[in-house]
Amino acid sequence: MTQTEPSRVAQQAQTGRPEWATLLRRKPRPAETVIQGLLFASGAISILTTIGIVLVLGNESLSFFTDSEVSLVEFFTGTRWQPQTGDFGVWPLVNATLMTSLIAMLVAMPLGIFAAIYLSEYASPRTKALLKPTLEILAGIPTVVFGFFALTFITPILRSLFGVDTVQIYNDASAGLVMGLMIVPLIASMSEDALSAVPRALREGAYGLGATKFEAAVQVVLPAALSGLVAAFIIGVSRAVGETMIVAIAAGATSQLTFNPFQAAETITGHIARISGGDLSYGSLDYRSLFALALTLFVITLGLNLISRWLVSRFREQYD
Amino acid sequence: MSNSTLSTTSTMTDSTRLKPLSATTAVDTERTETAIEARHLNIFYGAFKAIHDVSMAVEARKITAIIGPSGCGKSTLLRAFNRMNDFVPTARVEGEISLHGHNLYAASVDPVEVRRRVGMVFQKPNPFPKSIYENIAWAARLNGYRGDMDRLVEDSLRSAALWDEVKDKLKQSGLSLSGGQQQRLCIARTIAIRPEIILMDEPCSALDPIATIKIEELMQELKKQYTIIIVTHNMQQAARVSDRTAMMMLTEDGKRSGTLIEFDDTNVIFTRPKDKRTEDYVSGRFG
Repeated sequence: MTQTEPSRVAQQAQTGRPEWATLLRRKPRPAETVIQGLLFASGAISILTTIGIVLVLGNESLSFFTDSEVSLVEFFTGTRWQPQTGDFGVWPLVNATLMTSLIAMLVAMPLGIFAAIYLSEYASPRTKALLKPTLEILAGIPTVVFGFFALTFITPILRSLFGVDTVQIYNDASAGLVMGLMIVPLIASMSEDALSAVPRALREGAYGLGATKFEAAVQVVLPAALSGLVAAFIIGVSRAVGETMIVAIAAGATSQLTFNPFQAAETITGHIARISGGDLSYGSLDYRSLFALALTLFVITLGLNLISRWLVSRFREQYD
Repeated sequence: MSNSTLSTTSTMTDSTRLKPLSATTAVDTERTETAIEARHLNIFYGAFKAIHDVSMAVEARKITAIIGPSGCGKSTLLRAFNRMNDFVPTARVEGEISLHGHNLYAASVDPVEVRRRVGMVFQKPNPFPKSIYENIAWAARLNGYRGDMDRLVEDSLRSAALWDEVKDKLKQSGLSLSGGQQQRLCIARTIAIRPEIILMDEPCSALDPIATIKIEELMQELKKQYTIIIVTHNMQQAARVSDRTAMMMLTEDGKRSGTLIEFDDTNVIFTRPKDKRTEDYVSGRFG
């Protein structure tokens, strides 16, 4: 038997029938190569775009900061932003951005997390199947609609509540509140995913010790889902800081350093939108100042991102 | 045998009324008191009947094992004793389970309070992602414990035969422990709330033999104070640890419901069972 085997293979080779070496030989598969290339290109495009944006921002900002009329110190310490008079202090814009974002997150985080707790811990599967898509549709409403909602609905309410003299027509509070409402579905949806990912065994452990649903949700499930909740918070803040239409419409076009949320105060994004929409001459100082502002915005989101990540790694309760 | 409790709670409305403890503790025969008792229990998942007409009286401070082939409803029955099945939206229970003569399924009964008296240890160790200390302290605080927490934590860990292994690292996460230690931590936190009954759902199935032996030894200690009901796939384990054994099997009407076919002292079940199916099962002829 063992002797006949090799001879049979040799025979096959002689008669021209396929050998193992031929059978196993690597075959060209052009479709595979093309598809792999396309998939890679899809990923590469977004990364290259990001790199391109950062490069342009850095380049234009550099040329802005090296201009004789501008000083880096003034930019980061100045409390007036009036390009017409050559005042390039970024604080009024940054302050308005942070204030509207803070108001927005104060609305969005609790509402979003409570909604998420309801969906993941209390709602029946049927209710959840109905509510979650509805919530996500809400996230698809164009922000310009939210902007007018703020200006024509929330602002009048605020003015009737706190007085016409206290609340200006354009104000950060109204813009922040509506921005918060806009972000609720995002926070709720992401937090719900995080809560639902917590193993059922942990909940059962809590229930088995006599925990109520709420005790289990808040004291066991929520801490275990912390990293997901922080991720939701990061995305939410990034949305708020970067949100443009709502603040452009409802927060006003006056750049001033104020901590009163009922006054008009232009945000970074609102300012960029207003100025770039006008007749801005290419290469002018105003033009380049927008890139410096955009870079500032980028640094803010990046900073928040890094802080949040650090917080997560520090306080995470790992369960797997 | 345990008919005294049955006679005192003839209807479901009666059983919900407060009764002196002695009503259930004074039992006629040489048998000890009944800790918890199922009567004509049927459990449904939607239209599917998972448990068919189970009646059993579980004796206090004994270990009762529930054995039977896979899918015969052992866990479903066990989870009925502390109303864990409430979390399955389609689950429905008929009949009653009485604790001190009170039907746990009466409308006036709060399932959260039931679970504080009937604790549970699960198949896979599920410590909370908190420190070893907090795993126990959290359970105790939840149940309104306001005493010396350090002491309670130490006592609970000692009772669970875990103290010597963890006393120097109480601040570490409960998840840093080995599987067997995690399971003992879960037992410790159950003990910390001082339940009357401890349900164990295959507590050793995720553990190695040495960890399993430790848990089994621990159970012998615990039964001095607690009533234990354990579901196990492992017949040797049932024979080793339990005083009483409940044999479950699917009904033969084709509906695939689980039911109790024999319930007796463990040595009877394993040496001279009355039911042929029990004999076949414990002797390894099927299952």
